[in-house]
Amino acid sequence: MVTLVSGEPGQDDVIRARAAVAAVVDPEMPMLTLDDLGVIRSVDVDGDAVTVTITPTYSGCPAIEEMRADVRTTLARAGFGRVEVRTVFSPPWSTDWISDDGRHKLAEAGIAPPGRVGAAPTGPIPLTLVAPPSAVRCPQCGASSTEELSRFGPTACTALRRCPSCREPFEHMKEI
Amino acid sequence: MNVHHTEVEEHDATNAYQSLSETTGHDDPRWAFGTGIVTDAGAEITSPVPDGVDPADLAAYCLMLGDDALIYSHRLSEWVSNAPELEEDVALANTALDLLGQARVLLARAAHLTEGDEDSLAYLRTDAQFRNVGLAELSDDLDFARAIARLLIFSSWRLALLHRLLGSTDPVIAAVAGKGVKEVTYHRDYAARWMLRLGDGTDESHRRMQAALDGVWPYIGELFRTSDEERRLIDAGVAVDPAETRGEVDAVLDEVIARATLTRPDKPFIGTIGGRGGRQGVHTEHLGHALAEMQSLARQHPGATW
Repeated sequence: MVTLVSGEPGQDDVIRARAAVAAVVDPEMPMLTLDDLGVIRSVDVDGDAVTVTITPTYSGCPAIEEMRADVRTTLARAGFGRVEVRTVFSPPWSTDWISDDGRHKLAEAGIAPPGRVGAAPTGPIPLTLVAPPSAVRCPQCGASSTEELSRFGPTACTALRRCPSCREPFEHMKEI
Repeated sequence: MNVHHTEVEEHDATNAYQSLSETTGHDDPRWAFGTGIVTDAGAEITSPVPDGVDPADLAAYCLMLGDDALIYSHRLSEWVSNAPELEEDVALANTALDLLGQARVLLARAAHLTEGDEDSLAYLRTDAQFRNVGLAELSDDLDFARAIARLLIFSSWRLALLHRLLGSTDPVIAAVAGKGVKEVTYHRDYAARWMLRLGDGTDESHRRMQAALDGVWPYIGELFRTSDEERRLIDAGVAVDPAETRGEVDAVLDEVIARATLTRPDKPFIGTIGGRGGRQGVHTEHLGHALAEMQSLARQHPGATW
């Protein structure tokens, strides 16, 4: 996901900057790094200046400002003097961009990872009047059938679900 | 484009204020009412105006789409701590947040084109300067059925608009559409499912859902009117004609209304005066009340930073 456009600076600096940015954790789901989440578009290094481009998960995601601040602080600690963090919106982020490693970390933390979204359908977007049959596995007990409580959870990107087997509620990162 | 210079700071565990401000940065004062996410660093906001397009028309169009989202977001946020169940509090707040995010990008684009700033557009315009449709500004008066009726109509219409705007020649509008289509699909499904539950529920919930639908229906007509600015922007591929969305929106509403055992209202349209409506700055009395609450803090503390 991260692309590097290196100018003349030492390759070490590029690798260092990239590693520092990739390791910053998501402020709302700290089990994930920004690299796991797939929100880093590019890290460019020019001398001691770094330009990082990131993309928000949802249009109104309040965490984006924290991410930007954390990236700035982290790069400053790594010795980079000038840091610019840009936000771009297109192409829109998709949960398909979450890494396999990130999906494992979500499940380990009790958050059911999103299913695959795939290509957008053509033509008008159909209504979904009945929740589709569950393909979401319980992250606590592994039961294969769980039910949706609410499509809107404690953060913009999660839904609330419940497992009829172990009776535990859990969050599900919903597909977009 | 601003460049942020961040000094490496020593941690001082005894200084609570320093640790509080560590991540937000001392050198980055902001309006108390926004975080500058877009204007500081929105790489797309400063994209050139598409060929043959009057920047004033484009700015007006961004305000139309942005004000719909901003004002409706504010109305939805009034439900926080007032919805019938905690889950609905959270759902409506999330919906408001999505729309606020869309609004901020669009207002920032309008601000860039008019050499203004996003926060002033949100907090310092008067009601006649807002370009949102009447449906967005209505109060629900804490009637949940009314909230559902408004949200179904608004999100069905906005989704049809945004879906067509994916190919807008303005890169900012296309980017907002790209994210917005995914978000508003969830909003529409949420409202549609609640309309089924209430319409096809008890006699009382059916009666109240029908009454809410009847009350909101007259404001639909305005959604399909084409403003002069839109007309000029359609040829340049920037805007879509809202009149073209009517068939798709009608089909969605008819399907949900029928499945919910409700009756499609047959009411004359209102909300415009002499052919002028929200797109021309002619609003219902509801908007002034919404702005009084939304803007009062910013107006009492002009230029405040934190």
